[in-house]
Amino acid sequence: MGSLPGRVPIATTTTVRPAPPRPSATIVRRPLPAEVRRRRFLVTVANHALLIAVGAIFLLPIVFVLLSAVMTDQQVLGAHLWPSPFRWSNFTDVFDRIPLLRYTRNTFTIAVLSTVGVVVSCIPVAYALSRIQWRGRGAAFIVVLSTMMLPFQVTVIPLYILFVRFGWIGTMKPLIVPLFFGDAFTIFLLRQFFLTIPEELSDAARIDGANEFQIMTRVIVPLAKPAIAAVALFQFLYSWNDFFAPLLYLGENPKLWTLSMGLAEFRGQFQTEWNLTMAASVLFMIPVIVLFFLAQRVFVEGVTVTGVKG
Amino acid sequence: MSPWIIGFVVFIAYPMFASAYYSFTNYDLLSNPKLIGLENYRFMFTKDPQFWQAMRNTVWLILVGLPLNMVFALLTAFLLTRPRRGHRVYRTIYFLPTLAPPVAASLAFVFILNPAFGPVNQLLQHLGVASPPLWFFDPSTSKWGLVFLGLWGIGQTMIIYLAGLLDVPRQLYEAADIEGATGIQKFRFVTLPMISPVIFFSLVIGVIYGFQFFTEAYVASFAVSGSAQSAAATNVGYPQGSMLFYSLYLYVKGFAEFRMGYASAMAWILFLITMACTIILIRTSKRWVHYQGGFR
Repeated sequence: MGSLPGRVPIATTTTVRPAPPRPSATIVRRPLPAEVRRRRFLVTVANHALLIAVGAIFLLPIVFVLLSAVMTDQQVLGAHLWPSPFRWSNFTDVFDRIPLLRYTRNTFTIAVLSTVGVVVSCIPVAYALSRIQWRGRGAAFIVVLSTMMLPFQVTVIPLYILFVRFGWIGTMKPLIVPLFFGDAFTIFLLRQFFLTIPEELSDAARIDGANEFQIMTRVIVPLAKPAIAAVALFQFLYSWNDFFAPLLYLGENPKLWTLSMGLAEFRGQFQTEWNLTMAASVLFMIPVIVLFFLAQRVFVEGVTVTGVKG
Repeated sequence: MSPWIIGFVVFIAYPMFASAYYSFTNYDLLSNPKLIGLENYRFMFTKDPQFWQAMRNTVWLILVGLPLNMVFALLTAFLLTRPRRGHRVYRTIYFLPTLAPPVAASLAFVFILNPAFGPVNQLLQHLGVASPPLWFFDPSTSKWGLVFLGLWGIGQTMIIYLAGLLDVPRQLYEAADIEGATGIQKFRFVTLPMISPVIFFSLVIGVIYGFQFFTEAYVASFAVSGSAQSAAATNVGYPQGSMLFYSLYLYVKGFAEFRMGYASAMAWILFLITMACTIILIRTSKRWVHYQGGFR
């Protein structure tokens, strides 16, 4: 259903392909018959042709967006496919038209603070649910799991009313504060990872006289860095892209709008300026894509080791 | 543990009970909630045609969009297992659209599928299609625009399937080869059963999130209707309510019309429906989902 609204891991690859067996010194491979080789070659060509065709389908919308982002207003409305001339100034014009820098700053603030909140609050809970034995631990874990199933629509109305009473509507607090109290999905992922760390390491630390807090911060957290990086990344991207919460809680206060909010509203204000809308969309996407390429390893490693598929 | 307990009580347990209570009341935020029994539910099921429209659209999306999503994700994932070289490049390209923020992606599709000047219809006209669809401007095709948007951002499901496909032990295919199985037979009797847990997982998640489908429909319907979000209530689900989905309608009832009691009742019906669907899926899954060596 498109980009899923939930915090589903963005990349969960275990694509470690077995290396093709190398002919060792003793076994000399006979060359394959020409007929077989020719068929293999044709299959390879067919595969790549299909892959490229599908890739083109995925890329085409991006190409359209990029092209229209550098067109003039008239060109877009005149149904041109190729911009002439290239109007690069669209990217600077956008900044005059909407406070893009402020939106970026707001989005960044919210994303960073909620990421910090999630990491700080979820590590101890995940630790308690995986590395310490206590009565009711199983029940507590089931409660965490079932809150993952609860549609946010069920809680959002009373929460909104609660935040009205707190006077938090039109502030960033409703988007950040709850995350300092833990998030079920993150707790779940971290717990799964913590369980894979051998108990002997904790025991060794205990013998050295470390208390549980010290074991958590000095032993478990350093070992769990890939998993922590992964959940931090998920939360950051989720907050960066989120539309519903900013719409609900920041809608009345344009000073605090995020990029999602600003972009959606931009369409309402400037009906025909599709070139600027697309330019703004491109600028909005760039940080996410940069982050993806920088952190591709974190994506892949983090979730592979959490052993969670999906 | 303790901050989480506070968080759980304040942000989950209390709101759950509160929304159950509100669902039996008439509450507009200004005056105190007034108990009206089951009136909200009765109105919803018997006197609110918009509710049923939203429900129909949502069910359509789940029955049509979700299977298409899953088939397409499986096909692309399967394709990605084929090449010996370059699979990382292909994977990155196929995944790229998934990174697009939903608001940006929705606006992009509203533009691309614009009937007058959108590139897709221009291409279709070049290819000789005399009257290409009006996409988001026509109630009969608007939901297809959202389906294509979903297919474009298939990345997450695709990656999960890809992991599942690569996990299928090679020996099983070799055994099938020895038995003389054809490609289709191998897919039907080896691949599908082996990845059925992954398919099952994506099916359950897809149904749950299908009912929560919001941002794309919200952005697309308002971008097309040409009104700012401040006019939320009047143009909801434009055109002709064809993009009115369950969560969108709930949002309008709760936060544009401030009918908190009614919106709470809708939220609980949503919860019960998702619960029921999940339980039914889990029950039937025993017949077609194969776990190797227990639940993973």
